Amino acid sequence: MTSDKTKKQETAKKTPDLKHMLGQMLLIRRFEERAAQAYGLRKIGGFLHLYIGQEAVAVGSIAHLDLKRDYVYTAYRDHGHAIACGMDIKGLMAELYGKESGCSRGKGGSMHFFDKEKHFMGGNGIVGAHIPLAAGTAMKIKFNKENGVVLCFFGDGAIHQGSFHETLNLAKIWNLPVVFICENNQYGMGTDFRRVSSVDDFSIMGQSYGIPGKQVNGMDVQEVHREVGEAVYRAKEEGTPTLLEIKTYRYKGHSMSDPAKYRTKEELEEYKNQDPILILKDHLLKEKKLTEDEFQKMDKKIKDQVKAAADFAEKSPEPSLELLYEDVLV
Amino acid sequence: MAVITYREALRQALEEEMHRDKNVILLGEEVAQYNGAYKVSKGLLDEFGEERVIDTPITEEGFTGVAIGAAMAGMRPVVEWMTFNFSIQAMDQVFNNAAKMLYMSGGQFNIPIVFRGPNGPAEYLASQHSQALASIYAHFPGLKVVAPATPYDAKGLLKSAIRDDNPVVFMEAELIYAWEGDVPEEEYLIEIGKADLKKEGDDVSIITFGKPLQIVTEAADVLEKKGIHADILDLRSLRPLDEEAILKTVKKTNRAVIVDESWPVAGMASHIGWIISHKAFDFLDAPVELVTSEDVPMPYNHTLELAAQPSVDKIVQAVQKVMYIREA
Repeated sequence: MTSDKTKKQETAKKTPDLKHMLGQMLLIRRFEERAAQAYGLRKIGGFLHLYIGQEAVAVGSIAHLDLKRDYVYTAYRDHGHAIACGMDIKGLMAELYGKESGCSRGKGGSMHFFDKEKHFMGGNGIVGAHIPLAAGTAMKIKFNKENGVVLCFFGDGAIHQGSFHETLNLAKIWNLPVVFICENNQYGMGTDFRRVSSVDDFSIMGQSYGIPGKQVNGMDVQEVHREVGEAVYRAKEEGTPTLLEIKTYRYKGHSMSDPAKYRTKEELEEYKNQDPILILKDHLLKEKKLTEDEFQKMDKKIKDQVKAAADFAEKSPEPSLELLYEDVLV
Repeated sequence: MAVITYREALRQALEEEMHRDKNVILLGEEVAQYNGAYKVSKGLLDEFGEERVIDTPITEEGFTGVAIGAAMAGMRPVVEWMTFNFSIQAMDQVFNNAAKMLYMSGGQFNIPIVFRGPNGPAEYLASQHSQALASIYAHFPGLKVVAPATPYDAKGLLKSAIRDDNPVVFMEAELIYAWEGDVPEEEYLIEIGKADLKKEGDDVSIITFGKPLQIVTEAADVLEKKGIHADILDLRSLRPLDEEAILKTVKKTNRAVIVDESWPVAGMASHIGWIISHKAFDFLDAPVELVTSEDVPMPYNHTLELAAQPSVDKIVQAVQKVMYIREA
């Protein structure tokens, strides 16, 4: 007979479904390539912060979650997390197009994807502003004695905000089941994190608050999956927080308006050589769990899916003006 | 009917609502073991335990954000700011998260939360600890803002605020906690967004909210002795604002003085003045007068401090001005 404890451990330490994770990463990549294209055609406006290069972080982490009882918070680079949470990409693309059929009725845009049902809590445009929210949701889990965890993703820019430091302290004094995941893509907008950070290993920042921390290679989805699994286990089993610094890299600029001249081509190439999708694909090919033909088929299917999402967004009507006044108050 | 303090009225509201709904929690600095910096939460820790009455460190942004995140997931937190002066540190959370979450999520995430504590000038506290911030909170769509001036209103409005599915900013005042008033034993609620005509008169409308109601009432007594009878409209709620009640009294008396202890620039008082001039212009017999705080940070010196704020004398003078009894 399986004890409750074992069940919890199984939940936390899931065996990775590598093919599924490959598909998820590919879907994020193709979705964003399409979004960038639509942005170029001025179908999408505003800021568009692409996640290309960082896919392993969201996919490897969120693969642990049961989004009936677990929750995800993230910042403005939120497309990858939303897709990894299983949000319908039609609604996501329509949101980028500002259509009423979008996941936030066209009122949120790129930085404000939400899906209450899937426990995807956003999407937040203010650097660090969502970090306390994540702890608050973890507080609800603890209050109701649920077996849940909150994953909170933020960038290397947010780690210097007061909201981060205040929240880590609160998460520890109240022992909240939350995993803080700093996705260190190495540039806070155009600023190399080494220029503005007192330390270059963010995982030690947890130590000030008695919270365990670890650095993780974010280009390797299997490593991300393994390490986040440990943290999820700790949150669910012991009810305590963890800080992970997941080292990653964004291939594009901070947003579409940023040509990213603050870094060298060599640096970019170096990371493209450790592309998270290619690493996993090569691994699966080598292990004979995937053939090149299967991969191409998967990619074709995903591209069709993304095209359908773009068509849906394109064809969706503009919102009615009455919508302007809705959703201000319940 | 029992005569109780404003402080006790708030405590009763919290106690009753915490009994009614287990999702209601109270958190803030000193709310639990210390029984509240102003003793509003006295006894609640003993009654409800440390899971529901939660002491926080002095980190307004952090604990306010945590409460908003709890509300996103279905709890109904009441956040006590030791004073609204410190809420300035939490403003990002209130304005960017609580106020806008429903809108930017396309109607998915409402935030059932109350932010409460003392707002407005106190005594001898100088500029950082003595300021009225109603206008700033009232500026943001997505928030409800209330400022009850009597124990009766405080209890009924706090109960409504806790049951409201929107974020409600609930403004009390340091000097108001000991004021007494009639509060019924039986349960009652006051609808947010309804002003209350506290006194009737035909000559002039004095419109106010929150703590200044007391000096407005004193000023009205002084004016009575001069044969001037004022309508006193207590707004109680700034957002939503009871425009109907404002226009009704102005159309009756044809003269208006607005008393607001906030600063004059871009304030509630100037907004109400605009509403009157816009929607009741033809009824006005005199330009609308405002009695606000002086446009300076609050000084420490008591003489200067009193001079910076609305006073009975300033209100009497303003009324005489709109009555054309005094020169401008």
